[in-house]
Amino acid sequence: MSSIMQNRARKSFWLFTIFPYAIFLIFVLFPFFIGGYYSLTDWNGISSKMNIVGLKNYISLFQNDERFLNSLFFTSRFTLTACIIVNFIGLMYAVLFHRSTKWNSTLRVVLVLPNVIGGIILGFVWQFIFSQALPSLGGLFESISWLGNEDSAFWAVLIVFVWQQAGYVMLIYIASMNSIDEQLFEAAQIDGASAFKQFTHVTLPLIVPAFTVSIFIVLVNSFRLFALIFSLTGGGPYGSTESLAINIYNEAFLYQNYGMGSAKAVEFFIFVAILSLMQVKFTQKREVEL
Amino acid sequence: MSKKNPMRIIFYALTFLLAVIILLPFFFVVMNSFKSYSEIIINASALPESPSFANYLKGIEKVHFWRLLGNTVFITAISIVGMIVFGSMAAWKIARVKSRTSSIMYATYILAMIIPFQSIMIPLVVVAAKLNMLHAVGLSILYWGFGMPLTIFLYKGYFNYVPRSLEESAKLDGCNDFILFWKILFPQLRTMTSTIVILQSLWVWNDFLLPFLILIKRNHHTIPLGINSFFGIYKAQWDMALPILVMGMIPLIIGFLAAQKHIVRSIASSGLKG
Repeated sequence: MSSIMQNRARKSFWLFTIFPYAIFLIFVLFPFFIGGYYSLTDWNGISSKMNIVGLKNYISLFQNDERFLNSLFFTSRFTLTACIIVNFIGLMYAVLFHRSTKWNSTLRVVLVLPNVIGGIILGFVWQFIFSQALPSLGGLFESISWLGNEDSAFWAVLIVFVWQQAGYVMLIYIASMNSIDEQLFEAAQIDGASAFKQFTHVTLPLIVPAFTVSIFIVLVNSFRLFALIFSLTGGGPYGSTESLAINIYNEAFLYQNYGMGSAKAVEFFIFVAILSLMQVKFTQKREVEL
Repeated sequence: MSKKNPMRIIFYALTFLLAVIILLPFFFVVMNSFKSYSEIIINASALPESPSFANYLKGIEKVHFWRLLGNTVFITAISIVGMIVFGSMAAWKIARVKSRTSSIMYATYILAMIIPFQSIMIPLVVVAAKLNMLHAVGLSILYWGFGMPLTIFLYKGYFNYVPRSLEESAKLDGCNDFILFWKILFPQLRTMTSTIVILQSLWVWNDFLLPFLILIKRNHHTIPLGINSFFGIYKAQWDMALPILVMGMIPLIIGFLAAQKHIVRSIASSGLKG
């Protein structure tokens, strides 16, 4: 009797889970491992010839692919800068707008709005802003060729990214702030703590979990950045805003080096995995402390 | 009172200014979309002399906007329905059945969440081509696979809050699993279902790289792809480009304003759980 029941339960388990799992295995996990194999070959994606070259792709990646190293440098610099600025502004927004008044909810909607529009459209919108709208304002705005030189192009991409992400990060901080027990503030007030003191001594320590979450979300989002740069600068000028994701795309689909592109993709995965593991470590450590 | 009022006024003034600055890019794009090419180039901050919809008609025709919109709606709908139907069912079993298979399955879904798309895309194109999936329906099926980890993760977490007593009493009545799930459990998941629909729709609707690699036929293109290829051909033809950008943003802005409360809540909760 019980074995029939078990059998039926097992059948029903598979019936409910197998189809999506199969799709997931075929189109996500399987390609992921195949990519590891490609990375050891010199395949060009078209020819039927595919020679195993061992770790050659990985070695030349770091030895003579200056463009890859540049994109690694750009991506790291961008990720760090974006992470600091987005979180700082997002936190400021949250401080300003965490109370649920009508005005504040309207402001929140405005701040989150850029986040629901995709990177491709936003990139083109800002291409217009940088190339036509800002220069038309004259004065200081006219003197900068935002997308035309390497230094300002970095900041151009950053401005758009911050504009898009800060509202999102604000929501995470607000959710965290609003879960703080009101009594703590009342107690602090009775003790005569100023608004600033309340913020640094009550709010900040209690929203540390939100810090970890949103810092890592922004880290990973900016590290993987593709569409926004693709449409805003195309990686230019002179490859100065080429992110790792764009570099991999170009290697594989523009220059038809599937082998080399796959080696870069594996490398890219390792970087992202390290970031994610760091997040797990941080989260665990924090839980122990609490 | 006398001290508070001026502070309030400064707060309103400054935050109003902030909102204006944030919305300024949209304002510039919309305003210039009604101007002629030379008007835009001469002075992008001047108001349109004789606002006209002519550019809209031209732009809409050039990119086949209605077709793009139709394709985007179609692909998003098929993708989301699949994710919800298969994801909710699988998550239920994964949440309730305590077995090795069940936990291995869950662990692979969760671990796969850290894999960036760029690390899969090269072989994925080969696999999808071999399986003859380089079209709109094929793309939607790929989204089932790529959307499954987050869908399962969110639903499984939610099942912890759905009391088991519901299922147990239905089982005693001799209800089979399918009926039990769709009739009794699925309606209980409403809140989570709407969160998942919102998050995944925003992703699929706006996604660029995956459809860019998969949709080789022009007439299957989605809005982001259509806009991108327009810019590829007509580099800085702003008189046509701006109306197209506005048209591309309108569905998102309408959707966002219509469901802003849900969307804000969904985005915030995705952050806290992710």
